[in-house]
Formats: sequence, C-alpha cells, structure tokens
Amino acid sequence: MTPDRGPTEQTHDISLTVNGVLRQARVPARRLLSDCLRHDLGLTGTHVGCEHGVCGACTVLVNGQPMRSCLLLAVSVDGSEITTVEGCTDPDGSLGPVQRAFMECHGLQCGFCTPGFITTIAAYLRRNPNPTPEQAREAIGGNLCRCTGYQNIVASVLRAAEIMREESGDAGVPAAGHGRGERA
Amino acid sequence: MKPPPFSYHRPATVTEAVTMLDELGPDAKILAGGQSLVPMLNMRLATPAHLIDINRLDELAYVRVEPEGVRVGALARHADVEHDAAAGRAIPLLAEALRSVAHPTIRNRGTTVGSIVHADPSGEMTAVLCLLDGEVTLVSRRGERTVPAQDFFVAPLTSAAEADELATSALFRRPTGAATGTAWMEVARRHGDYALCGVGAVVTLNEAGALTTVRTAYISMGPIPQTLDLTLEAIGSNGDWRAVGEAAAAQLEPEEDIHATARYRRQLAVVLTARACRLAAERAERARRAAPSHPTGGAGRTGSGVEGER
Ligand SMILES: Cc1cc2nc3c(=O)[nH]c(=O)nc-3n(C[C@H](O)[C@H](O)[C@H](O)COP(=O)(O)OP(=O)(O)OC[C@H]3O[C@@H](n4cnc5c(N)ncnc54)[C@H](O)[C@@H]3O)c2cc1C
Ligand code: FES
Ligand code: FES
Repeated sequence: MTPDRGPTEQTHDISLTVNGVLRQARVPARRLLSDCLRHDLGLTGTHVGCEHGVCGACTVLVNGQPMRSCLLLAVSVDGSEITTVEGCTDPDGSLGPVQRAFMECHGLQCGFCTPGFITTIAAYLRRNPNPTPEQAREAIGGNLCRCTGYQNIVASVLRAAEIMREESGDAGVPAAGHGRGERA
Repeated sequence: MKPPPFSYHRPATVTEAVTMLDELGPDAKILAGGQSLVPMLNMRLATPAHLIDINRLDELAYVRVEPEGVRVGALARHADVEHDAAAGRAIPLLAEALRSVAHPTIRNRGTTVGSIVHADPSGEMTAVLCLLDGEVTLVSRRGERTVPAQDFFVAPLTSAAEADELATSALFRRPTGAATGTAWMEVARRHGDYALCGVGAVVTLNEAGALTTVRTAYISMGPIPQTLDLTLEAIGSNGDWRAVGEAAAAQLEPEEDIHATARYRRQLAVVLTARACRLAAERAERARRAAPSHPTGGAGRTGSGVEGER
C-alpha cells in the first residue's frame, strides 16, 4: 500500500539499524516509520491500528526507547537503531523472555496488539526488572487490547520478569517495587 | 490514513532553521516530536507544503536549572524533563504534571515546548507555564523576543508564535515565598488521556504559617488555560477548601463537548480545586516546618514532593 506518489515527490535515502542489521531504503518524506518497516523492509511484525498514537500496536524501540512508529517519519529517524517485535527474540532466534511469558500466560488471543506490548514490556523490564503487579499494570497503560481483558497480559509482564531473573541467575528476588514513573 | 506529500528539510543549527522558516514562508511547519503534528498529518487535518525537522538541533536538547527557575529547550522531550533530577528538585510540579501528559511512550518523543506552542487547551504544560509565570523565547530572522505565558495562549491551538518564529525554550519560574507547596490533579477517562478537567495549585505561606498566596490554573476549562488568584477566597474561607473550589468554579466557563457537559466540568473544578489546594497547602506547611529557621525544622523535606493523594 505504497501511497500514490506524484511524479515530483522527492525521495530520501535512509539507513536504519533494524534488530541489529543495517537496512537501507529510499522513501518519500511522508513515509511513516511503521509503513517503512512493513512495506519497504518487509518486517510485518509491527502492526498498525489507529495511526494516531492511541492504540500502541505500532510501538517499536528507537535507540532503546519505546515510541509510536506511526507517529514518526522514517526520514526523521534516519540513522537510528530500531528494535521491532522480530528483534525481541533470544540471540539464537528462539522466542525471547517476554514472548515466552506471553505464550505461557495466554497473554494474547488475536495477537493484533501483541507486538506493541512485547516491545513496550521488553524496554520496561530493562529499566525495572522487578515490577510489582501495580507497576506491571502501569507499564502497559499506554497499549490497548480488545481481546484479553488485560489480566493475562499483566501476568505475562510478571512472568517475563521472573524468566529474566531466572536466566540471569538472580532467581527468587521478591518484587521490591523500585520502578520510576509510578504514580502515588 | 497517511500524510499528504510535503517537502522535508532538516536544519543543523537554529540559524539555519529560522532562515528556512523565513524563506519557505507560512506554508512551512516545524516538526518537533510530531506527537500532535503527525496525527494531524495522518488525518489530513494539516497539509503543510514544507516540514522543517528540528530533531537534529542538539543545541536545543537541554533542561537547565537557572536562578529564576527551570529552562527547557525546544528539543527536550517530556520524558527528559520528567526525569531530570535537578529540575525535579527545583520545581517538583513539572514532573508531577508531566506524568499526566499522555503515556510514557508518547513522552519519550513529544517535546514540552512543542506542547506549549501547540496550545491545546487540554495540554497540561500550558497551564503549568501560566501558573509558574513562565515565558517562551521565540527566534526569527527578525530577532529574538520573549512572550510571557499570560500573552502566549491566544485561542485553541493558536499561540502568539508567528509563522516565521521558532520557539527555542520555555522558562518555568520557581514559586517564591517563605514556604511554597504545589500540586497537580486531574480527571481523565483513562490515565494518559486528555483531561476532562485539570488543576494546578501553588500555595505560599509566610514564616508564621499564614496563607500569603493561593493560585490555580486549569486545563480543559476554556479556550485557553485559565489562571485564578484565590488568595482572598482562601483566607476568607478559613481552611474550608471546598468553599474555595466553589468560588473558583464560579469564575470558570467550561464548554460542553462529546466528553463532558459544562456542568460536570464545573463540578470537577470544585472538587479538584479543593483537593489540589489542600494538598499544596499541606506541602507548603511541611516545607515551612522543614526550613532551617523553623524550631522543629531540619528534616529536609521540600514539601512539594509528589507523594500524596491521587
Ligand atoms: C495518544 C496521545 C495522547 C496525548 N495526550 C496528551 C495529554 O494528555 N496532554 C498533553 O499535553 N499532550 C498530550 N499529547 C500530545 C503530546 O504532548 C505532544 O507531544 C505535544 O502536544 C506536542 O509536542 P511535539 O513535540 O510532539 O510537537 P509536534 O507535534 O511536532 O508539533 C505540534 C505543533 O507545534 C509546532 N511546534 C512544535 N515545536 C515548535 C517549536 N519549537 N517552535 C515553533 N513551533 C513548534 C508544530 O509546528 C506543530 O504545529 C498526546 C499525544 C498523543 C499521540
Ligand atoms: S497504530 Fe500507532 S498507536 Fe495505533
Ligand atoms: S489479543 Fe487481540 S487485541 Fe490484544
């Protein structure tokens, strides 16, 4: 669904490091990062729901920080490092801890919202590896899901944290709740 | 939907940016975080011929504590301001209000100055700027000027910035007085949504603990942020903050829209004004007691931290 381009529409050559791989694309200025990933680079894991920043399905990490790819122009983030849901795997390509937690806890049904949750949670747990249930809820507050009712997604956040602690040999640490950005 | 075509420009310096603004004319728009502009492009509510992307103007990516208050550069993201420890100590209200601005993911990209220039009457930081007697610095090829907050907001989505002007920074002034406390309170459908009504309060006490100023500022309660001085009402009401809330709401003229009726908004203003003022007064009192001159002092509490009711 490349938008119709007038004969005069200018294009820009950009390069992005996507999931560790240097990728290049030639895009019109109006190409959204979400469309660049899906159409130009063939990475269809990033989903597009609302295209105005509300649903969170399109969330990717830009230089490690979650952002809405539907609200970024690809040309504007030229040179950045992007992580999509495809990049949230373990180094050997098998499912990463957040993805495994979703599978174990039944954190998805139709899966449309899932890529945005996975990227958001992966970034969150790097900052706060030990969330309380309350913080887990807060962490996903910017993403919408029409299927699950969220309970299993909250459970997935906590399970992912547990898996990550186990794998780093740090098992059994009780949730201490020292995350930032928590509302009183 | 997708944005309409436009041509894209990426200046490397402020001088280059204002030269472009001048040469490309009124059909050029600044792209900052894009968290308001890109949705408008996607919905085709905005169709600029040119976008001038300021995301590489590193000289504007700062949060600085100055003697008067906190100066926020045009490329400081909401999250940068929210998590800046020195800014948080100087003016705790900044981080407290920012936590109600959208979701963390939006705050990672959206800029505080962009939200002020965007002049959405529901944008938290517009009211915070008014409440803290702030100002915005604008630069164009014609020169630099500073516009005080009370003159900056003209109409919904319209600020005093001219088409050829780049906002380079906003200054939030630290409240003065023997002891001050601040608070931000709002009601939104879901946390992170635009508020149906939002209130910021600043309460100042003298050394003896008597009220010297009570000021509030509101979002979603009119076409531009509304600021009220409630000092007389607060002194007169003798600790009855509900009465102060009622006096405040009587001075506001909110509009009805699909999200809330005017009556409901006014009711929220009563309750939220009372809560925000009460909390700000408690924090001011704590700050007063913690002040070194106070006999029971020395606890080191700022009195305007973000702990407290919600
Ligand atoms: C889902 C969602 C929820 C949101 N909820 C809230 C909320 O609850 N409260 C809130 O306050 N905001 C909210 N926002 C908006 C967010 O705060 C935006 O970041 C902010 O309004 C605009 O900042 P920006 O840097 O993204 O500006 P942009 O979108 O890039 O620009 C907005 C406008 O300001 C102009 N502009 C920007 N910077 C400058 C400058 N330096 N000089 C001159 N002109 C400039 C642009 O030309 C444009 O017209 C929400 C956004 C989304 C997507
Ligand atoms: S598609 Fe980007 S937030 Fe919904
Ligand atoms: S699983 Fe269907 S929208 Fe979340």
